[in-house]
Amino acid sequence: MNSFMAWIEQRLPFMDAMNKHALQYPAPKNFNFWYVFGILASVVLVNQIVTGIWLTMNYEPSGDGAFASVEYIMRDVDYGWLLRYMHSTGASAFFIVVYLHMFRGVIYGSYQKPRELLWIFGMLIYLVLMAEAFMGYLLPWGNMSYWGAQVIISLFGAIPVIGEELTIWIKGDYVISGATLNRFFALHVVALPLVLVVLVFLHILALHEVGSNNPDGTNIKKPKGSVKPEDLSKFEFHEQYTKKYDIVDAIPFHPYYTVKDLVAVVIFLILFSWVMFFAPEGGGYFLEAPNFTPANGLKTPEHIAPVWYFGPFYTVLRVIPEKLIGMVAMFAAIGMLFALPWFDRGIVRSFRYRSKIHLFNLTQFAICFIALGVLGTMPASDLANLAGRIATFGYFGFFVALWIYSKDEKTKPVPERVTG
Amino acid sequence: MSNVPVNNGRRRFLTAATSVVGGAGVVGLAVPFIGSWNPSARAKAAGAPVEVNVSKIEPGQLIRAEWRGKPVYVVRRTDDIVNNLSKHDDQLRDPKSEEAQQPEYATNTYRSIKPEFLVALGVCTHLGCAPTHHKGDFEQHVSGIKDGFFCPCHGSKFDMAGRVFQGVPAPLNLVVPEHSFPTDDTLLIGVAPGEA
Repeated sequence: MNSFMAWIEQRLPFMDAMNKHALQYPAPKNFNFWYVFGILASVVLVNQIVTGIWLTMNYEPSGDGAFASVEYIMRDVDYGWLLRYMHSTGASAFFIVVYLHMFRGVIYGSYQKPRELLWIFGMLIYLVLMAEAFMGYLLPWGNMSYWGAQVIISLFGAIPVIGEELTIWIKGDYVISGATLNRFFALHVVALPLVLVVLVFLHILALHEVGSNNPDGTNIKKPKGSVKPEDLSKFEFHEQYTKKYDIVDAIPFHPYYTVKDLVAVVIFLILFSWVMFFAPEGGGYFLEAPNFTPANGLKTPEHIAPVWYFGPFYTVLRVIPEKLIGMVAMFAAIGMLFALPWFDRGIVRSFRYRSKIHLFNLTQFAICFIALGVLGTMPASDLANLAGRIATFGYFGFFVALWIYSKDEKTKPVPERVTG
Repeated sequence: MSNVPVNNGRRRFLTAATSVVGGAGVVGLAVPFIGSWNPSARAKAAGAPVEVNVSKIEPGQLIRAEWRGKPVYVVRRTDDIVNNLSKHDDQLRDPKSEEAQQPEYATNTYRSIKPEFLVALGVCTHLGCAPTHHKGDFEQHVSGIKDGFFCPCHGSKFDMAGRVFQGVPAPLNLVVPEHSFPTDDTLLIGVAPGEA
């Protein structure tokens, strides 16, 4: 066996890569609960890809056949219902873990220098994920699929001059039709997953280049020669990391965090299974009731609501009375997140050592984001619009305020070493 | 590399020339990929404008045309109907047609190009049923108004300009599609004036 591994190693540095990225990857020893969501997102990604492949085996991407083929999968294909619920529950689970993963980055300042590019790759993943979810939601060809796509595609009609033409180009028809369904299918099952996998790969590569942040926001890589030998981490790390730095407060990713993450994965799968088996519709939030009737271009559902994970951005769009400005604001809301590393001019990462005003700002941001999400799934009313405007103001205000106070923020001293 | 004899000028020229030609190739190659997203010939045929001869419509009569899979109501309104259109503004949700349910050129009291002809989609803005045309017997639904549309599904009411009455489930006026009159007798649904 050893000679076989050596034979491989001479031709492909397999063990070297394993050591570099898992067995001898230095991870800060103080990771907490917030640090499990990256792994959970990978688990869900695998789930989506595998169940997705199996679903395409019986799904029929056409205006005439799509809805019936989903019913066929649900009723006649052995375990079809399970594969489909794994996929649909997985979609919502994906966004839950990704939102938590992003929030972790926000509170611990993981987007700050030198992790800006890592954050950008993460945001690109999030963007592709939203496109993936939006297109996937059209595929069952239910009435909410149809009208949800109708609302979002018609947004592009607000763009001056080219708007109308652009919507027809996107749809490939004058109304949403089988042509639209087929191209969304192609993008959903081939193009975007490829992009997604590449981005995830780059995200992890960028992470391992700059190293993981931690809840204290301290640097575990010290200048070479600056640490007393007894303070060095006792573990052996890959020379890629140790030749340039002295590493403190770190443990190898495997087996320490693989085992810890395994606990999180098991708990996650228990919760996931509970939803999948007992509440696959997620109370009407994961699978919406009007989607159990076929797409009908003449019959608008009484209340068109996006799936919950688009809620925050849908609210921003909806509370602004002018369609074009609303659309610009909606995309700007996502754009602000991309630019977060540059809005934050501070050098202290973790909220633990930052000012009271930062803690307040983070809190109001979280509340506003959740409020926007809740409002996005509710019917429009004067009160909801008012609340939506306040929350939109709070959302954008987070970034503006951060930019202002972070320059000369009164922070606490950051410890040299992690606090456990 | 520093001691390797290199002709930088020639190398730069070749790189630039290759980039320009390659770039042009990429642009050219993008054309079929982007172009294939346009509506196909079949979709275009199904979505083509519809021509209607309006000279044979009696005053007060409604005819139905089909355009892009939706029913289009064409009504020749009598002078009496046209003159009464502005008299019940206070009972309407959007009397001035401020919501963009009609093209720019039909944003007027009559919601049409010619006051005589109403062209609107026969699709209730509530849940998409087809409203019924009540000719002369609309008073059973709105007192004092003789003509209008009543949706049998959930009781939404519209006047003879397709404007929705207050207190019904439909939120918006009926949609007026793009249309134009190439000649006095022909109505072209799906093409704005001056576009044909």
